[in-house]
Amino acid sequence: MASIVSVSNLSKTYGSGFQALKDVSLEIEEGEILALLGPNGAGKTTLISIICGIVNPSEGQVLVGGHDVVKDFRATRSMIGLVPQELTTDQFETVWNTVSFSRGLHGKKANPGHIEKVLKDLSLYDKKDNMMRELSGGMKRRVLIAKALSHEPRVLFLDEPTAGVDVNLRKDMWQVVEKLRETGVTIILTTHYIEEAEEIADRVGVINGGKILLIEEKAALMKKLGRKQLRIDLSEPLAAIPEALSSYRLTLDDEGRCLIYDYDASGERTGITTLLTALAETGIRLKDISTHQSSLEDIFVELVGARA
Amino acid sequence: MNLEAVKSIYFFEMARTRRTLLQSVVSPVISTSLYFIVFGAAVGSRIQEIEGVSYGAFITPGLIMLTLLTQCIGNGSFGIYFPKFTGTIYEILSSPVSMAEIVLGYVGAAATKGMMIGLIILGTASLFVDLHIAHPFVMLLFFVLTAVTFSLFGFIIGIWAKDFEQLNLIPMLVIPPLVFLGGSFYSIDMLPPFWQAVSHFNPVLYLISGFRWSFFEIADVNPAISLAIIIAFLALLVGVLTWIFKTGYRLRN
Repeated sequence: MASIVSVSNLSKTYGSGFQALKDVSLEIEEGEILALLGPNGAGKTTLISIICGIVNPSEGQVLVGGHDVVKDFRATRSMIGLVPQELTTDQFETVWNTVSFSRGLHGKKANPGHIEKVLKDLSLYDKKDNMMRELSGGMKRRVLIAKALSHEPRVLFLDEPTAGVDVNLRKDMWQVVEKLRETGVTIILTTHYIEEAEEIADRVGVINGGKILLIEEKAALMKKLGRKQLRIDLSEPLAAIPEALSSYRLTLDDEGRCLIYDYDASGERTGITTLLTALAETGIRLKDISTHQSSLEDIFVELVGARA
Repeated sequence: MNLEAVKSIYFFEMARTRRTLLQSVVSPVISTSLYFIVFGAAVGSRIQEIEGVSYGAFITPGLIMLTLLTQCIGNGSFGIYFPKFTGTIYEILSSPVSMAEIVLGYVGAAATKGMMIGLIILGTASLFVDLHIAHPFVMLLFFVLTAVTFSLFGFIIGIWAKDFEQLNLIPMLVIPPLVFLGGSFYSIDMLPPFWQAVSHFNPVLYLISGFRWSFFEIADVNPAISLAIIIAFLALLVGVLTWIFKTGYRLRN
């Protein structure tokens, strides 16, 4: 698939001397959902801000739809919708006016039909005449999304879309993102919440200290770095793994009181049934069984911890 | 040219004026009426005519300029500072809008609002004193040029200001002395020679003098010089603004 956003050798040093991005290169494919993970101050927002034109790059180049974001800013910014991290809104404006304002800013003629559709899709239509300051945090977040969608962008940036949002609303937000993807919009989201990336992203990028540490298909990443473990607590400790069980990938833990079985959860046969049968045959008595899947979070912590 | 964006910014700013009608329009009208009552009627009745013009009428152009300057700087600076303060500036900066279009929207709205209030003051003044405008076109030229120039000045202050104190510093501390000492309430002929010479370094003197000339054909300095000074100031501001946009000063850095 073709790249819609192409970042090459991008660096940014702020006036204070702080280098927020160090030689970042990144290709974002049209129609995908890319999650950028990283701790606070990793450079996520700076990267987004440069692509959207809010911050000038120090070095390097960014192309959106083949256009340079600095030289050809009208073309690139018309294609981009941005939902910022902070809940920054015009407190004294109505929902309808502030969303219509965004459309106008992007040079599009007024289209009440489209604004109505966007507001309805985000369950905001009944609030259209409310002042922004009367809305809850979650509703404000939706308005920010509506503003970003008001001009029909091809690329949507969501900077921490679910920070400070309750669980129900977060799930709603994911549905909104899913719906958008169906219309062909490319979505880039930054997040602290690993489960968010796990839930909705196609690819995951990890950024830390102004550098992209890796960028990979989510499924491949999980497969490569993720593990699934079956933990079997035993009634009596074992000195060694019995001969009859040597064909399984087993390790002893907790001074012989626990068997750990690593397996591939995506495989058709996990081998759990036969292992349990084999265990019964050897006469080993079990106390408890639990499974643990390494999450993106484990992978992320390992990565950021190892390379920081 | 992204005309839709210019229109959006302009009308968005004008909508704020509508929402704050009392504060934006009624309060300057009341304060100007107070000036007329105190200086025009109470004190003014004991002051002799200045070059054939009654004192109440004489101070009218200065009062209009005082309001125009304060309003334009206030609106121009607030218009761009407020989105910076609330953070909504992100949207302006990430829109397909050139800096010139941003200026056109914000400064256009600030100047329009300033001029609306200026005209209301002119109307209010005509209730108190007998006004006659000798050169309406020149008057309009000074009026519009001043409004645009000082809205632009306000816009630059709004970009420069990091907090509300800085935002108010120039409008509160610098502009009133310049206006009061710029001959709003007197002809500088009335000052001792030393202060007359000092007054010539005050840019506002030229504005008020030129503006007053368009009403009564009396002036402290040649109106052509007044016009040249405003245009020079405007050119200086455009230069500063161009530098701001080129470097991204306090906006994109």
